[in-house]
Amino acid sequence: MSVQRRSFLKLSASAVAAAAFGGLGFSLKPSEAKAQLAALRKGKQTTSICCYCAVGCGLIVNTDEKTKKAINVEGDPDHPINEGALCAKGASIWQLAENDQRVTSPMYRAPHSTKWEKKSWDWMFDHIAERILKTRQQSWQAVDSKGRVVNRVETIASVGSAALDNEECWLYQGFLRSLGLIYIEHQARI
Amino acid sequence: MAALAESFGRGAMTNHWIDLQNADVILICGSNAAENHPISFKWVTRAQERGAKLIHVDPRFTRTSTRADVYAPLRSGSDIAFYGGMIHYILKHNKFFVDYVRDYTNGALLVNEGFSFQDGLFSGYDEAKGKYDKSTWKFQLDENGIPRRDDTMQNPRCVLQLLRKHYARYTPDKVAAITGMSEKQLAEIYELYSSTGARDRTGTMLYAMGQTQHTVGVQNIRAMAMIQLLLGNVGMAGGGINALRGESNVQGSTDYGLLWETLPGYLGVPAASVTSLKAYNQKIAAPHLAGAKDPKSAAWVQNYPKYMVSFLKAMYPGVDPETGYGLLPKFDPDKNYTWLKMFDTMDDGTIQGFFSWGQNPACGGANANKTRRALSKLEWLINVNIFDNETASFWKGPGMDPKAVGTEVFMLPCSVSIEKEGSISNSGRWMQWRYKGPEPLQGTLPDGEIIVELARRIRKLAATGKYGPAEGILAFNLDGCCDEHGEFNAHATAKLINGYFLKDVTLDGKAYKAGELVPSFTMLQADGSTNSGNWLYCASYTEKGNMAARRDKTQTEMQAKIGLFPNWSWCWPVNRRILYNRASVDAKGMPFAPQKAVIAWNSATQKWDGDVPDGGWAPGTKHPFIMIPIGYGRLFGPGRADGPFPEYYEPLNCPVSGHPFSRILHNPTALSFKDEERVVCDSRYPFVCTTYRVTEHWQTGVMTRYTPWLLEAEPQIFCEMSVELAKLRGIENGDTVILENQMGTLWAKAIVTERIKPFTVMGAVIHEVGIPWHYGWVWPKDGGDSANLLTPSVGDPNTGIPESKAFMVNVRKA
Repeated sequence: MSVQRRSFLKLSASAVAAAAFGGLGFSLKPSEAKAQLAALRKGKQTTSICCYCAVGCGLIVNTDEKTKKAINVEGDPDHPINEGALCAKGASIWQLAENDQRVTSPMYRAPHSTKWEKKSWDWMFDHIAERILKTRQQSWQAVDSKGRVVNRVETIASVGSAALDNEECWLYQGFLRSLGLIYIEHQARI
Repeated sequence: MAALAESFGRGAMTNHWIDLQNADVILICGSNAAENHPISFKWVTRAQERGAKLIHVDPRFTRTSTRADVYAPLRSGSDIAFYGGMIHYILKHNKFFVDYVRDYTNGALLVNEGFSFQDGLFSGYDEAKGKYDKSTWKFQLDENGIPRRDDTMQNPRCVLQLLRKHYARYTPDKVAAITGMSEKQLAEIYELYSSTGARDRTGTMLYAMGQTQHTVGVQNIRAMAMIQLLLGNVGMAGGGINALRGESNVQGSTDYGLLWETLPGYLGVPAASVTSLKAYNQKIAAPHLAGAKDPKSAAWVQNYPKYMVSFLKAMYPGVDPETGYGLLPKFDPDKNYTWLKMFDTMDDGTIQGFFSWGQNPACGGANANKTRRALSKLEWLINVNIFDNETASFWKGPGMDPKAVGTEVFMLPCSVSIEKEGSISNSGRWMQWRYKGPEPLQGTLPDGEIIVELARRIRKLAATGKYGPAEGILAFNLDGCCDEHGEFNAHATAKLINGYFLKDVTLDGKAYKAGELVPSFTMLQADGSTNSGNWLYCASYTEKGNMAARRDKTQTEMQAKIGLFPNWSWCWPVNRRILYNRASVDAKGMPFAPQKAVIAWNSATQKWDGDVPDGGWAPGTKHPFIMIPIGYGRLFGPGRADGPFPEYYEPLNCPVSGHPFSRILHNPTALSFKDEERVVCDSRYPFVCTTYRVTEHWQTGVMTRYTPWLLEAEPQIFCEMSVELAKLRGIENGDTVILENQMGTLWAKAIVTERIKPFTVMGAVIHEVGIPWHYGWVWPKDGGDSANLLTPSVGDPNTGIPESKAFMVNVRKA
């Protein structure tokens, strides 16, 4: 890791030409080298933290300036816990993002249907909001059998999510509790 | 985590990853750190390079075992015998750290005369209810309401003597008989580990789900915690109990209240019986105010009313805290809402709507067949994930007829972590900031944006008044999580979580303006003049900036010696890197282990050097475990459902009909369901089975099975078994085998290996097999299905965690 790259981790706005993986995978014959260098992409480096186990290894993410897609993800050598190292999972995060099996549209399955249907986000949000409110309304408990104020709904449940960021977790718990949910569980339980 | 909170006051890993390097002895039990937390093992190795010894206790010889100085196999589910034997050894040979036990734990306190233990049961057991009345599990109080004590620790009613008596039964012969470990190995481990009872030596314990997924899961960890207290290893560098948490933000999501009984910062969700904020605050503070009758007790929890009011102001900014309290949903105190109960309630048709947000319960929860069936009883299911999974597509899964399944399913594709900005908290409580790299993949949205947009649409509909009471929905601070354009913003939310002053105030002679970020939770108020979404994270985003984003590796010489890195990211609480560190020094503030001091009292500055101390009070003036009412580490733990001391019980599904310690076979308070068959010493299912992970996959595999590099390395489910068992069943390496029990059936590829050996348990040969739980039918097509098709719906009485690590199966050639 060069001094130059270290200074990058201060998140300066400048960019480096990064052939981020594969090392010097080009021929040194002048004409061929020129052609291959032309294909090199300009990348921006940002830091992140691994999304798998809870060791919390530091990552450097290289993002193509033009396509805004990930070029490579590698261990952050400045990070005091992993010191640049990653396990097999951490080292594969690029492939988690750049993966053609990711779901790229909201999908809907109607009751008793045998297939998924593509739907727009707009359609999904409206329909989900309506379902939630309807179920909530049908079983809303303002008070319990002893007359105590409970403001809850026990017919809707949630599991997840240790996969969210802290800020999203706070928002998510607030969202669920504002609806009146008690059944809130996640990975920590099991 | 319930055990750590009971023992020390907080439910979290006590130390942090780098600190593992400071240990003299490391005991890894119920974890395969080298394969499942590979980078953590860097620091285990670093400790070994400095001369530390590594002990690995596990039913299977793993890559962790290959690096161990001592490896000893133990039959899954028999851990308390192993730990009880260690407590017996420590007390019998006087290996405990006397000053520490007397001054920093409740070892010298006298227990109520009514408390007793007989033949596997503690006093107060109600057989009809399957529960304890805990009223006798108390200390004797003097006229000032302070527990009586005997500093010589000789009084037969003092905790240390009760402990001696309790574990006198855990002799090496009995422990060996039930665990399958040899007496020679037990002696070697006990001697080595208890060497850390010396003042300046430290041992650390590492565990993972191998210790917790049991009907005695909490008591397994309690036993470890008690050993650490006896040896004076808590609060020390290279000490503590290090829970190896499995998900990148499972610590954070727990800190943020995504469990039914906790709000952010471990404030309790209110019960219906607690009808006002005033009553709620009194109820939380009461035991701590009682504890605070001892002037040396900090009883920090008496401050919780300030945190609760600040939370309510963050949640419902437009109303007064009492009204906000009224809006919060209240649970029924006669009910349990834990995972297994939740799916039972779904299975009986009561739950109609379900969110599965970044989780795959169809594979991840125990008794997967029941979970999958329960999903078919729902009216609607919302599944948020990166990939398709067994939960989203349950309706077309094995044994399902889609036409018969009425559940409406909404699948929302979310962005991956590198495509968004925000913080996560690692196992060592480090809150670390992640920046956005690539743009979210076309068609996907970050989770935060999905929640905000959904909440906005709900708010709009609810405001029409056509959908019943809307107060809670309308009062929620959605805008507090958004930028000026109304979009989800991690910085805005992180600031709200930290908290603001809502009025101009002067505290300790310093003026703060309304709208300023609160510097620390010590300044949060109970009068509604501050807000804070999560008090534990107050001080993480202040007027000085975003602490979680710090990348400064400077440290003092003292800090550098133990690898503290206090200026790198931020850690809760108040950037304290090693919890309970006031227990690492004597009454004068001198470190027990000066060569690896965590904190030390500086007589010149009259301040502490090193880590942020657990309260800045002068040495010797406060007991060190400030989150526990009296301030002592709990050897005697009266708060758990199944007893103040861990007692040996077999798993609810087990290979024996008795054990050497009492006539009570199982945890008498365990969570179970009447209609589910249990298997005890049953020839149909003669083999113990356990579950685990491999390096290349993660959890139910949704985030690894689709990754070609990883799938190529571990493409299929397998079953590891001993050479002896394979011979017995006529199985060859690579054969397809069927595992079956009362819960379900599963195929796997046989791995016949020397890594697993048969155990001799009470004179009989007991075979054990193991399977990874990463697979599912959706993808890859020939990868196999979830190990949880075989795990029973029984759980720990305290936490409800399912017993997924020890159950019974049959194995045969397919």
